[in-house]
Amino acid sequence: MAARLPGVDTVASVRGLTRAFGDRVVLDALDLEIGPGEFIALLGRSGSGKSTLLRALAGLDREVTGELSVTGSVAVAFQEPRLVPWKRVLANITLGLDAPAERAHAALAEVGLTERAQAWPLTLSGGEAQRASLARALVREPGLLLLDEPFSALDALTRITIHQLVVELWARHRPAVLLVTHDVDEALLLADRVLVLDEGRIAHDSPVTAPRPRHRDNPELITLRADLLAALGVAPEGRS
Amino acid sequence: MSVIELEAPADVRPRSRPQPARTWGKAWQRWLSPVAVLAIWQIASSTGLLPPRLLAAPATIAATAANLIETGILPTAVGVSLQRVLLGFAAGAAAGILLALVAGLSRPGENAVDPLMQMLRALPFFGLIPLFILWFGIGETPKVLLVALAVAFPLYLNTFAGIRGVDGKLAEVAHTLKLGRAALIRHIVLPGALPQTLVGLRQSLGVAWLALIVAEQVNATAGLGYMINDAREFLRTDVIVVGLLVYSALGLLTDSLVRLLERRALSWRRGFLG
Ligand SMILES: Nc1ncnc2c1ncn2[C@@H]1O[C@H](COP(=O)(O)OP(=O)(O)OP(=O)(O)O)[C@@H](O)[C@H]1O
Ligand SMILES: [Mg+2]
Repeated sequence: MAARLPGVDTVASVRGLTRAFGDRVVLDALDLEIGPGEFIALLGRSGSGKSTLLRALAGLDREVTGELSVTGSVAVAFQEPRLVPWKRVLANITLGLDAPAERAHAALAEVGLTERAQAWPLTLSGGEAQRASLARALVREPGLLLLDEPFSALDALTRITIHQLVVELWARHRPAVLLVTHDVDEALLLADRVLVLDEGRIAHDSPVTAPRPRHRDNPELITLRADLLAALGVAPEGRS
Repeated sequence: MSVIELEAPADVRPRSRPQPARTWGKAWQRWLSPVAVLAIWQIASSTGLLPPRLLAAPATIAATAANLIETGILPTAVGVSLQRVLLGFAAGAAAGILLALVAGLSRPGENAVDPLMQMLRALPFFGLIPLFILWFGIGETPKVLLVALAVAFPLYLNTFAGIRGVDGKLAEVAHTLKLGRAALIRHIVLPGALPQTLVGLRQSLGVAWLALIVAEQVNATAGLGYMINDAREFLRTDVIVVGLLVYSALGLLTDSLVRLLERRALSWRRGFLG
C-alpha cells in the first residue's frame, strides 16, 4: 500500500489527520489511502474514532486538521438509516439527485424495495429502512461509499441477506467501500482489506485474499481473525 | 406537549375493535346532561324563575336567531367580524412566520429579531387597546391590528422553535446528498418545522377570536361585538346569547379547518393508519 503515490490512483488520501475534542485526541496524525474499488473494513474498539474518521471523509467535520483529499463523489449510509420521514421512499432516494427517475427505480429494485417505493419511511421495517438508505447512497454511483455500522441494528438473518446484497452491489458498481463494523467476522467475510483503528492511528492493515463467497472456517480467515482479535486487545477464543 | 398532542391519536385510536352498540350507547349518554340542562333552563324561564332580563329562554333564543338571520342582521354582523379576523390573521400570520424564518434561518437574524419578540411577547396586548385607540382612532385599524398582534406571537414562537428543533442528523444527510442551502431549507428545514408551526396556527386562531371579541367590545359600530353591545343596552339577552354562540361556532369551525390541514400535511406521521 505504501508504494502508492498520494492522489494517484486513490479515491481518498489522508495524511496526518488529527482531531481532538477538547484535550482528548481521537485521531492522531492518521495516514490512510483508499484505492478505487477497494472494499475496506474498519475495525476498532468502541470510542476509538471510527465514526470520527468517517465523518471527516464525508466532509461532515470541519475541525479536523491535516491533509484530506477525496476525489470523486462520496455517499454515506449512517448507522441509523436517517431517511427523511416526510418524503416517501422513492423521494428519499431521488433527493438532491438530478438523474432520471428510472435510476432511482432501478436502485430500489436492486435492494428489493420496488413495492415500498411510495411508502412513508416510518412504516418501513428496520431492514427495509436500512436497504432504502443503502439504495439512496448507491444511486449516486459514488466513487467512495462510506458505511457506518449499517448492519448493526439488523437481526442475524436480515444481516446475511444484506451482506450478500452489499457484496453483489459492490461487484456490480465497483465503488471503493469503507465499512465500519464492530464485527470481526463481518469484516473478514466482506472486505479485501481490514484495518484496525487504535490510539488514533491505523494500527493494523492486512489484505484478505480468500475468494468470495467466503466461509468462516477458511484457514486464511482463521489466522487473520486471531491476529485481528489480538490487535483489538481481545484474547482469541480457545477453540480451533 | 405538542408532539404528544399530535401523535397520540395516531396510535391510540383503536381501529381494530369496532363496537357499534357500545359506541352508540356512549354517544347517547353524552347527550343526556346537555339536554337535561336545556330542559331545566326552559322550565325555569317558562315558570318565571329565570327572568329574560338575566337570561332568555332557549326557545326565545332559537326564535331570535332565526329572526336575526332572516332580517340579515346576523349575516352582516358575521361578515364584518369575519373580515376583521381574516385581515388581522393574514397580516399577523405573515409577520409571525416571516420573522420566525428570519430568526430561525440565520444567527444574525436571530440576534436581531428574537430579543425584541421575547420582550414584546411579555406585553399584555389587551392592555394596548387605549394606546391603539390614541394612535389609530376607533375605526377598523386598531381592531385588525389587535388580532394581527395576537396571531403573530404564537406563530412566531412555534415556527422558530420548530425550525431550531429540526434534527441535525437530517441536516448532515442533506450535506452528504449535496443539497444546497435553498434545497436544505425547502426539503428539510421547513417540512421539519411544519408540525410545530401547525400547533402555533391552532393557538393563534384561538387567540384571534379572543382578540376580536375584546376589540369589538370596546368600540364598534358594526360586527358581532357591536350587535352584542347594542343588545345589552336594550336588555336583549337572547341576542347576546346568539352572538356568543356564533363566536364559538366560528372558533370551532376554524379549529376543525386546522385539524383537517394537519391531517393532510402530516400524513407521513400517521402512516401507521394507512
Ligand atoms: N462531538 C463530540 N464531542 C466530544 N467528543 C466526541 C464527539 N464526537 C466524538 N467524541 C468522542 O470521540 C471519541 C471517538 O468517537 P467515535 O464516535 O469516532 O467512536 P467510534 O469508534 O465510532 O465508536 P463506536 O464504535 O462506539 O461507534 C469518543 O470518545 C467520543 O466520546
Ligand atoms: Mg461509531
